[in-house]
Amino acid sequence: MSETIVIAEIVKGAVHPTTSELITAANALGSQPTVIVPCADASVADAAAQYAGAGKVIAAKSDVFSNYDAAGWASALDAVAPAGVILTSASPQSKDLAARLAARRGISVVQDVVKIEGGHLTSPIYSGKAMQTVSLSSDAIVTVRPNVFDSSGTGGSGEVSVVDTSGNVATAVQEFMARASSRLDVAEANIIVSGGRGMGTPANFSHLETLADTIGAAVGASRAAVDTWDEIPHSMQVGQTGKTVNPNLYIAVGISGAIQHLAGMRSSKYIVAINKDADAPIFQHADYGIVASWEEALPVLQSSLASMMA
Amino acid sequence: MANIIVLVKQVPDTNARIAVSGDRVDLSAVKKVMSPYDEFAVETALQHRDSSGGEVTAITVGGAGADKVLKDAKAIGVDHIVRVDCDAELDSNALQSVLASAVSSLGADVVYCGKSAADTGAGSTGPGLAERLGWSSVSNTISVAYGDQLSVVMPASGGNARVNVPLPAVVSCDKGNIKVRKPNVKGIMQAKKAKVDVHNFEIPASTISVVSHSMPPAKPAGKSYQGGAAAAEVAQLLRDEANVI
Ligand SMILES: Cc1cc2nc3c(=O)[nH]c(=O)nc-3n(C[C@H](O)[C@H](O)[C@H](O)COP(=O)(O)OP(=O)(O)OC[C@H]3O[C@@H](n4cnc5c(N)ncnc54)[C@H](O)[C@@H]3O)c2cc1C
Repeated sequence: MSETIVIAEIVKGAVHPTTSELITAANALGSQPTVIVPCADASVADAAAQYAGAGKVIAAKSDVFSNYDAAGWASALDAVAPAGVILTSASPQSKDLAARLAARRGISVVQDVVKIEGGHLTSPIYSGKAMQTVSLSSDAIVTVRPNVFDSSGTGGSGEVSVVDTSGNVATAVQEFMARASSRLDVAEANIIVSGGRGMGTPANFSHLETLADTIGAAVGASRAAVDTWDEIPHSMQVGQTGKTVNPNLYIAVGISGAIQHLAGMRSSKYIVAINKDADAPIFQHADYGIVASWEEALPVLQSSLASMMA
Repeated sequence: MANIIVLVKQVPDTNARIAVSGDRVDLSAVKKVMSPYDEFAVETALQHRDSSGGEVTAITVGGAGADKVLKDAKAIGVDHIVRVDCDAELDSNALQSVLASAVSSLGADVVYCGKSAADTGAGSTGPGLAERLGWSSVSNTISVAYGDQLSVVMPASGGNARVNVPLPAVVSCDKGNIKVRKPNVKGIMQAKKAKVDVHNFEIPASTISVVSHSMPPAKPAGKSYQGGAAAAEVAQLLRDEANVI
């Protein structure tokens, strides 16, 4: 196997813990990866140097990394990363980066990998309705779905070498529009509480918001909810034409489980469904299914979880 | 006047059941449609043309069977339809190389595509094509305003960002708030008569090869409860069994 390189996942200027899952994935390809941390301030890389299973840790330092720009990041990382198989997270931003960086090197990219075995890589295709296993005959970039591989744990050397780099930024952020609420976006959350048409009115989403705030979750929605109610923005939509999410826990309330909704959330680690129809397809995918109206089940779930969190 | 290209791909209908026979998916009985995000890309391209003038060319890569997706685009209102002839499965490097050749030979100020195709879900084509052309790129845009530069809105950590994008550029489109127009009778008649412009380009060898397709691993049957009171037990299990709370 050729050399492996992990590009650390950066969220809000810090190394995200999914980076240690990328190290585990690189180990599964048979090598101790060089971990490259894109940063404007090299101290950010210290967190990555704590992870076990890595070889060298390099802080790739450049002002380019203050804001995301695909061309700028790809050129600045290309200058630092050695040849080999590069692994990044399969977050929307890192998938974009992976595609640009691969094209820059004239190599291919394998997105959304969920399994690595005997040098073969497996990803979901057709929105998770089938799996595809591929082999590589040269260097490539591999993006790895979060919450699939175990963390490599801690116990790294803590040593970081700093390399200055630069890149050509093409786009310019004019304005940042923060979300009205401080709640997480579904694409960033580890727990998601989602509501569907079964919530009856958009005002009833406040019950989901209360639950979400109790357990530190984001609030999502089905397309029927988004299309029916102006108050529910498309940014909340999970599914084929919404966001693909991969949380530890997905709680679906009043959602039937149409194939296009499943497309966006079926790979969640644990799924809870609350639906008054025992035949709703969502129950075939639920780890914990509660056949009840949400009016009945949600207050019980809310108070039980609230007392646990207290 | 803008010279606009939109990339479209034919994929299995998202409602279709996908079957695996032997170690390959069997799509012979599956209805094919334009990938849903490509519909947003086509609509964005048409709105760009309608606001600044110019022409829209839709391109797909595939065999003759893929002409239908181009006719669908024509029926909605694109001006020209081009198929890059290729029957083989291509990896991202080969596909983007061919598309870069096609875009360079046709010429364009901007290329729109869907944020990902419904079959692979990869989302590699837009940014990869831009890199090969040396253009700027933005992905997952939810709105686009047209001018000498583009001004797009796209997700950023904690919210959305409005971003200036110099042209030429490749823009991959998410759903956003635009309404996709439907073909009218005149459009459908024109599409029937329209000729697909077929091009051939050199295709590099793929370095990623498919070993097998399989059905997703069956999930063990979950626990099922009747009545809302069971939510208390589920809450306990989320903490003690699943360890997610
Ligand atoms: C091209 C295409 C793309 C699509 N993309 C998406 C997508 O991205 N995301 C998406 O979600 N859908 C998508 N869809 C739509 C999808 O097919 C479904 O229509 C949609 O998911 C249904 O949403 P729902 O489950 O909220 O509504 P419904 O199917 O109407 O289900 C409502 C559920 O609520 C239950 N319910 C009612 N009252 C209560 C109550 N009081 N308590 C508990 N349960 C109750 C009902 O039993 C029912 O199961 C797409 C469709 C197409 C064709």
